Amino acid sequence: MSCISVLGLSKTYFITNKKPGLRGAISNFIRKEVIPVKAVDDISFEINPGEIVGFIGPNGAGKTTTLKMLCGLIHPSSGELRVSGYRPQLRKPAFLNQITLVMGQKQQLIWDLPPLDSFRVNAAVYGIPEAEASRRITELSSMLDLNDELTRPVRKLSLGQRMKAELLASLLHRPKVLFLDEPSLGLDVNAQARVREFLIEYNRIYKATILLTSHYMGDITSLCKRVLVIDKGKLFHDGSLDQLTNRFSPFRSVKIKFSEVYPRSLFTKLGTVEHHDQSILKLKIKRTQLSSSLSYLLQNFDIIDLEIKDPPIEQLIRDLFNNNR
Amino acid sequence: MLLFNFRRKARRFILTSKSLLVSQYSLMIEYRVEIILWALSGVLPLIMLSLWLGSSAASVFGYNNEQLTRYFLSVFVVRQFTAVWVMVSFEEDTIEGRISPYLLQPITPFWRYYYSHIAEQISRIPIVLFLLIVFFACFPSSFWFPSLVNIALFLVIMYISFTIRFLLHWTFAMLSFSFERASSLERLLMIPYLFLSGLLAPIDSFPYLIQKIVMFTPYPYLLSFPAKFLAGQEVNFLRNIYILILWLTIFLITGILAWKRGVREYSSMGA
Repeated sequence: MSCISVLGLSKTYFITNKKPGLRGAISNFIRKEVIPVKAVDDISFEINPGEIVGFIGPNGAGKTTTLKMLCGLIHPSSGELRVSGYRPQLRKPAFLNQITLVMGQKQQLIWDLPPLDSFRVNAAVYGIPEAEASRRITELSSMLDLNDELTRPVRKLSLGQRMKAELLASLLHRPKVLFLDEPSLGLDVNAQARVREFLIEYNRIYKATILLTSHYMGDITSLCKRVLVIDKGKLFHDGSLDQLTNRFSPFRSVKIKFSEVYPRSLFTKLGTVEHHDQSILKLKIKRTQLSSSLSYLLQNFDIIDLEIKDPPIEQLIRDLFNNNR
Repeated sequence: MLLFNFRRKARRFILTSKSLLVSQYSLMIEYRVEIILWALSGVLPLIMLSLWLGSSAASVFGYNNEQLTRYFLSVFVVRQFTAVWVMVSFEEDTIEGRISPYLLQPITPFWRYYYSHIAEQISRIPIVLFLLIVFFACFPSSFWFPSLVNIALFLVIMYISFTIRFLLHWTFAMLSFSFERASSLERLLMIPYLFLSGLLAPIDSFPYLIQKIVMFTPYPYLLSFPAKFLAGQEVNFLRNIYILILWLTIFLITGILAWKRGVREYSSMGA
């Protein structure tokens, strides 16, 4: 049985459209022009318990709206939703005890107090006995590599330390379903890596289901076997990253090192020459022509080294969204 | 089983309340300078006292100087412990998106705001006591000490009055879900509070007809009734308690309805 089930989910916002200047202000005062904006448009997917799924798309694609619908913060305009068997929009306490939403741009920690105070409040809110709360705080803080920071006011913490403390606060009740909206936003490379390691560990220990949005493809590639790609509210890919690459990138990059120098003209019929410098050649070859091109190269040239790569995922996603616009 | 569930829920509620109160109190200690300034800014009743003492108008409605002093001093105390700013903080939290994580926790955010007010009141106690000691040291003839029973009853009355005022403001705070600047309504709510609660002048000084009309509003029960009770003046205790409970019930219902409506709107418009 799936942990998250989404069927024909849509959300339309009604937004006031105001023209600039005095005339716009007056006409807006007299008669507001309200326009419907479809943030999410008839999307369907299922996520199994324990899966880590990446949810990617450009800004304004509908990722956060979908996450907010999944955790019950906003009501869908149409469609069916089930998370751990509950209808999220009812926000039943039993459901709220099983989920968490971490938003990289928003914080729940009390700004002027140490994180420990916020943890105590959360423990009480979720009915966690004091001794158990202390045990969980110790366990999670060691997983997150948080020590002295727990007794310093939140405002004095670095962005990375704050994010880790936010994660701890959000996971104290041991949710089974995690909705993470840009959890590594603004973090440096080390902090990003620590957060990723922590999420993998949490998923392994507690068999938690994780749905994650991130603009850092490193988060997606290192955490998610499966990705959902959304743009303009529509879901247009649900599958592995490999499938995404196969489907949307018809080319592969081939880097060859020859034992001697060959003229560039010999390779132009094989594909697009991206780089040719002395004995190094970089070619972009169509997937369908890859084996024939490679056998031609191996038979006719003296090759020292050969490397075949998919284009970088960042490049693929960028091309994908640009072509879709 | 039912009793066990109730006890379990009650225990959890008490623990949550304790944690919220402790954390909010810690926060208020962080803001101690602001608390002192807020407490000092609540000296309007003492200013009114000096104005009334300077005129002979009080004698017209039967107050001597001692009664006036005790009344306005009691108003000062009640005012210190019934201050409400939930509209401002709720609006801030809604605009800055802090309300969203609260909505995902299995406890209504109402209690966060309620306990933040209670914590602020607790942190004001030493300041108010200090101001009272200074006042009585300067004007020893005005000193009085109510019986312990009356102090206990006063605390109950004052907290019901505070809760009514809190719920009234909470109801209007829910408009933050629909409008961007709902807290501007707070200034509107302050006008009837200033004039009808007994803050500027005792209700007894109003013309008879006005007094009758005012008593149909919740305002005299928010300030005048607890203050008069503390000052040891004559009040119809039981009748006023019944009316307090009636207003409490009314605003509890409006508060719950406004909350449900607000959250529905917030959820459909986009949290």
